[in-house]
Amino acid sequence: MEHVLGFVALAAGLIIGLGAIGACIGIGLMGGKYIEASARQPELMNALQTKMFLLAGLIDAAFLIGVGIAMMFAFANPFKLV
Amino acid sequence: MSTAGHEEAAANAPTAGEYIVHHLTQWNTTGHAQKDVIDFSVLNLDTMIFSVLMGVLGLFVMWRVAKSVTSGVPGRMQAAVEIVLEMVNDQAKGIVHSAESRKFVGPLALTVFIWIFLMNSMDFLPVDLLPTLWQTITGDHHAYLRVVPTADLNGTLGMSAGVLLVCVYYNIKIKGIGGWIHELFTAPFGSHPLLYPVNFAMQMIEFLAKTVSHGMRLFGNMYAGELVFMLIALMGAAWTASATGVSLFLGHIVAGSIWAIFHILIVALQAFIFMMLTLVYVGQAHEAH
Repeated sequence: MEHVLGFVALAAGLIIGLGAIGACIGIGLMGGKYIEASARQPELMNALQTKMFLLAGLIDAAFLIGVGIAMMFAFANPFKLV
Repeated sequence: MSTAGHEEAAANAPTAGEYIVHHLTQWNTTGHAQKDVIDFSVLNLDTMIFSVLMGVLGLFVMWRVAKSVTSGVPGRMQAAVEIVLEMVNDQAKGIVHSAESRKFVGPLALTVFIWIFLMNSMDFLPVDLLPTLWQTITGDHHAYLRVVPTADLNGTLGMSAGVLLVCVYYNIKIKGIGGWIHELFTAPFGSHPLLYPVNFAMQMIEFLAKTVSHGMRLFGNMYAGELVFMLIALMGAAWTASATGVSLFLGHIVAGSIWAIFHILIVALQAFIFMMLTLVYVGQAHEAH
């Protein structure tokens, strides 16, 4: 029982941690490109901003789904009966 | 300050895990918590009631604004609705090129945006407010209620399945039933009898992945947001039980405010993304390969 709890805690940490790494790299790359692009073409800034927010939401989604699943593992532990 | 009352309350209070599990259980037609993970005979009443309520509220507000619309100096409400309308219209024009389809898809996108925005906004109500009210009204202290319809996978997958049906409709309408079946077997790799099964499998996977990720994305964001609100509420509960940690109370206020402000962004963004993807998928149905 205890080792199941321990593994679930580790899994929750890994899910959130690895997801955060991916999402942060993604947002960082995209934000950097956005700043770069709008420095080259300032007149495109508004059009690009809409697309950037759309993509930010898409990148964020996978991470937040992971956070949701990890929180469910942590608090509503479905592996309790194992 | 740790009185007997406090200790008794602490002893009777649910643990953190029980509190969260209770808050994540739907009020459904069976009268108790759903047992199987998948059970199509169960209807989640809270999801249905709150989503319909939010839909009616959105329609009512739009109707009020549309009735009192003026070509003179617009009021604040009219200006806000005009901004949203123009934003959705611009996006629709850029993605769906057929003006005839836009007559239906444009209003659909606007409805989706406002409806999902309102349903997501249920997250801003204090997590315990409506469930506690509901428990007081029914007199059952273990009555289940979840107030955010988009934090229920059934609600979001239902909506994305609706979008899938609209896509199928436009596929058949634009390309004809024969043209669509032809496309199912010949795109994306090309027209060769050996490639038919591969093409068909790819198309089916594409439709499935599109629909599932469409619904899961909204659900995941709202579910995680709701859970974080619950964790912040637990911080406040820990303060009332311990009666010593003022820092817990301060943390509760600060964390709650920060997360609520950040959540405004997520709520609007996810509604916008759901609307944009609806437009993109319907736009894809118009493109012949």
